[in-house]
Amino acid sequence: MTTATLPPARSLPRFGGFSLGMVRLELRRMMRNRRTVVFTLIMPAVFFLLFGSNGSYKTERLGDGNVTAYILISMAVYGAMLATTTGGAMVSIERAAGWSRQLRLTPLRPAAYIAVKLLLAMIIGGVSVAVAFVVGAFSGAQLPVRAWIECGLLAWACALVFAAFGLFMGYLMPSENVMQILGPVLAILAFAGGLFLPLDELGHTFATIAKFTPAYGVGEIARYPLTHDGNLWIAAANVVAWTTVFAAGAMWRFRRDTARV
Amino acid sequence: MTLTAQPDIAARGSAVPAVHLDGVVKRFGAVTAVDGISLAIRPGEVVALLGPNGAGKTTTVDMLLGLSRPDEGSVTVYGHAPHHAVALGLVSAVMQTGGLLKDYTVAETVQLTAVLFGRPPSAAAEALRRAGIDDIGKRLVGKCSGGQQQRLRFAMALLPDPELLILDEPTTGMDVAGRHEFWTAIREDASAGRTVIFATHYLEEADAYADRVVFVRRGRIVADGTAAEVKALAAGRTVRATLPGAAEAELRAIAGVDTAEVRGDTVYLHGRDTDEIARHLLTRTAARDLEITSRNLEEAFLTLTADETPEGTK
Repeated sequence: MTTATLPPARSLPRFGGFSLGMVRLELRRMMRNRRTVVFTLIMPAVFFLLFGSNGSYKTERLGDGNVTAYILISMAVYGAMLATTTGGAMVSIERAAGWSRQLRLTPLRPAAYIAVKLLLAMIIGGVSVAVAFVVGAFSGAQLPVRAWIECGLLAWACALVFAAFGLFMGYLMPSENVMQILGPVLAILAFAGGLFLPLDELGHTFATIAKFTPAYGVGEIARYPLTHDGNLWIAAANVVAWTTVFAAGAMWRFRRDTARV
Repeated sequence: MTLTAQPDIAARGSAVPAVHLDGVVKRFGAVTAVDGISLAIRPGEVVALLGPNGAGKTTTVDMLLGLSRPDEGSVTVYGHAPHHAVALGLVSAVMQTGGLLKDYTVAETVQLTAVLFGRPPSAAAEALRRAGIDDIGKRLVGKCSGGQQQRLRFAMALLPDPELLILDEPTTGMDVAGRHEFWTAIREDASAGRTVIFATHYLEEADAYADRVVFVRRGRIVADGTAAEVKALAAGRTVRATLPGAAEAELRAIAGVDTAEVRGDTVYLHGRDTDEIARHLLTRTAARDLEITSRNLEEAFLTLTADETPEGTK
């Protein structure tokens, strides 16, 4: 007697509401935000042009390429960090605006929402790396074709650490301008992780500490196809550990956020 | 003074009620926001949830939408757990607290809702049209007026073509014209047979748009009846007079008196034909200082919903 009187043809959407239609609309919205575009797509390329493209760097050989390529990869990693963090931290803005509450009146499952945010973060992370690499290719960075592809893919894939970081921060800080806080934090992390300066220029103690910071592993792994230098195991352990920490933090806050009280 | 005109649900057959609350209690720490509400709403009813701020209206609405869970009792919407009914699109809401994203256009916001409910783009266009905002589809949400944003929320709520639409203080912050337009859109929509529950503290809205008015105070239902019954409750006028030594029972026996109240030497007699009551008082009793005042819906509302203040006697 319960279902007979109900109107027919009501069903739940597939995949908990995850859909490419949502991803497309969300991407359009992100690209409309000028600050996001400048922050994630233009700034890393500009940093590269400022710090990496002077004459001596172009002629100085390093690994399979030149120093310009080394700096380019570091900046691409920095850009991917910014982009994926921005993507993850969108959660914060949406919670502050009350949009998350609005979404709870739709069939969208919280896990599908997270999946969309992660995918978005990785898409703009990928675009950020691509923009930096195109600029680099025309500005004197030299790499074997295989290293171009490998470095790009590694920089992009390892930036998942910062997608998780962005999500965690997004759930931790309900704020309209979370990136104003996270921007400087990311700059410090990038510096500590050896993306702005090689770590051995900073002294032994600092270089040791730096190996435990979250940007270190990503940078080391992304540059490896160029340098064939450094300990990949330490770098990989760094990436895995920080991804786990940030993902666990995000899950913890996320559960609290979506618990029906 | 409680109006008990609870429509008899059982007599209307075995259809699944649109909403069924049974002994629902919700506490926040030491505060009991909802204190044992039982309510059944039939499909097709337009119900106003009327009460002062803090009466428990929004808490009740949150539980109907699965946004919070009752501490005691049960809530079902069309026979489903609320969050499931929401996911199926059986119930949707225009929330007081539901936020919008400024960077989306009006049309994109509704398109996203369509995508989430697995509906085609034509459903989004239809919802925009029915909410009366198809002309501002390309406008950014951040550039919309409060009334336009509220109609955007309405369009989003219409999208799943819900059986039950819940409106929580839907016209707060709108000007008179905006309020009128909004209600015109809602009324057109409800005429097609949709169940509507709206929480409000605007009496005229409850009066004008609801078939049934549920008064809530301090987390309890204090009156529940048709709008007509509520109006009857509020109709008539009150004769106040000074009449020492009057007994309530005697006063109530006077022709035309519905209710009588004695406060010290002052008596308050409520009824439709106050002229007749006044004539009786002046000719058959020692009453003096007569005053006739009309009692409006506002007063009825206040009487029903005001917090009881313990009166110091003597």
